Amino acid sequence: MTLFLARRLLQMIPVLFFVSVIIFVLINLVPGDAARLFLGEEAPPDALAVLRHEMGLDRPLYVQYLRWAGGLVRGDFGHSFKDNRQVLPTLLQKVPVTAELAAWALLIAWTIAIPAGVLAAWRRRTVVDYSASAVALTGLSIPNFWLGIMLIYLFAVNLRWLPASGYVSPAQDLGRNLRTIVMPAFVLGVVLAAVVMRQLRSSMLEVLSADYVRTASAKGLGARVVLIRHALRNAVIPVITVMGIQLGTLLGGAVITESIFALPGLGRLAVESIYGRDYQMLEGVVMFSAFSILLINLIVDVVYSLIDPRIKLAGARS
Amino acid sequence: MTVAVEAIPSLGRRAVERRGFKHLARRFARNRLALVGFLLFLAIVLMALLAPWVAPASPIKTDFTAYLQPSGPRHLMGTDELGRDVFSRIIFGSRASLEAGVISVGLAIAAGLPLGIVAGFYRGRLDDLLMRVTDAMLSFPQLILALAVAAVLGPGLAKAMIAIAVVLTPVFMRIMRAQVLTEREREYVDAARALGAADRRIIWRHLLPNSLAPIVVQGSLNVAGAIITEATLSFLGLGTQPPTPSWGAMLNAAQQYLTQTPWLSFWPGLAIATTVFAVNVAGDGLREIWDPRTR
Repeated sequence: MTLFLARRLLQMIPVLFFVSVIIFVLINLVPGDAARLFLGEEAPPDALAVLRHEMGLDRPLYVQYLRWAGGLVRGDFGHSFKDNRQVLPTLLQKVPVTAELAAWALLIAWTIAIPAGVLAAWRRRTVVDYSASAVALTGLSIPNFWLGIMLIYLFAVNLRWLPASGYVSPAQDLGRNLRTIVMPAFVLGVVLAAVVMRQLRSSMLEVLSADYVRTASAKGLGARVVLIRHALRNAVIPVITVMGIQLGTLLGGAVITESIFALPGLGRLAVESIYGRDYQMLEGVVMFSAFSILLINLIVDVVYSLIDPRIKLAGARS
Repeated sequence: MTVAVEAIPSLGRRAVERRGFKHLARRFARNRLALVGFLLFLAIVLMALLAPWVAPASPIKTDFTAYLQPSGPRHLMGTDELGRDVFSRIIFGSRASLEAGVISVGLAIAAGLPLGIVAGFYRGRLDDLLMRVTDAMLSFPQLILALAVAAVLGPGLAKAMIAIAVVLTPVFMRIMRAQVLTEREREYVDAARALGAADRRIIWRHLLPNSLAPIVVQGSLNVAGAIITEATLSFLGLGTQPPTPSWGAMLNAAQQYLTQTPWLSFWPGLAIATTVFAVNVAGDGLREIWDPRTR
């Protein structure tokens, strides 16, 4: 087990290396350099030169990369171009909001998707299947920012049931926290529900034609037992495998929902740093989101190896 | 890269001919929903092409005597904050969306196919390197990477399309590589090689045509995603710039008038959803035809 973990962590290193190279190259494509962004357009040339020297911008690119990457390894993501805040602490401070939003969205998505996917596969080629699939396709086609705006109009402007925007932390007031999070979580959950439902439906179809399902039915087990205990259990595996992709969908969607509903999370931080041309901060958010996806993939792998004895851990042969 | 773009239609026809184009068309037509999606998409394409003749008014002409008007006989969908006819802007806005959807996916295919072929056919160090780079690119959330690239490139429709293409390229590269890896081990490739065919000929005449189906399916579904991404970038102010009408930018501008004139926020979103739905449904139909598992 430890060997497997060590191996997987080692495998992450080249990916993280390329992730950091891509971000570094990307940010260096920005016209104008950090010193100018820091001092503004009308900074005197000699002040610029001094700051450039201080920031190491007059050194060769690979030296700049190594210094920057060295900082990342030590947990130093640099300082904001705008207000000199440290990037990593600022980021970490936003994580709980996005994590709460993503957790609710995931819960909503799975609550809709699992029954819908199972039903659609079980009643294949019936009205149930067709309507579930059509609803899923519709969910995939609705832009989340539009859905968000429409919900704000309906529930905040028109009916006045929910606040249009803002955030209250659960520690402060749980009731108000839920009222602020329900709309964005729903908006974020809809697309994911559609994706998961379609995936679950197709893996259920595969599983339902497997021999052990036929055996289970043949020995007289009720449809419900076969469906839930035998089919769903196995069909859900490929859905969990792509948790990383689901997290990617959630983080990407959080950019939009957090902007619309004014939630102080990572997504909104990304948008604000784009508007403010705060590329150091943007770099941090992008790096952090890639890192969390890689981490989820690792966790999924490890959990699999724990719950499914058939999955042999590469490099962990006893 | 341009070679690959030109080659795709002819090769696509070849691949289709082998399984019988009529047969496939009939299968597609039998899927009612897919057919409706395809016809709807055609209608939207026509609307974009014929926009100057279809639209009742100019999409950019302002009229300060009639701003934020509700729908009525003169303005079917009302007017926006500058008195421009919303219906005409919706019609013209289809251009940015369709361009973004088709061109960005086309660019991604044009870049991804050659890379995937090289990686899958020649393997070796270059393959390893390309795989690690795509691993890295695929570990970013798609929208966040697109956003970062667009932020760096600056606002504009062309730049938004490049940003979307950059994000999608590794997807097509991976699919093409996987296809080439399985196809190159088939007997017919051995046979061609035994007959003295050069790598070039094997790639162009055999590997490409036989690997095209998954690319077409993936491509059609990605067009839908690309349309949403462009709308999202425009909504955030990074895509199409005013005064050129685009659905995403219209939604952005309409947001501050939500309490007074909610219809301004309604129509552009409906237009995006309809277009994306049409493409998704048609793409899904294609997938079902070609995916042996769903037969």
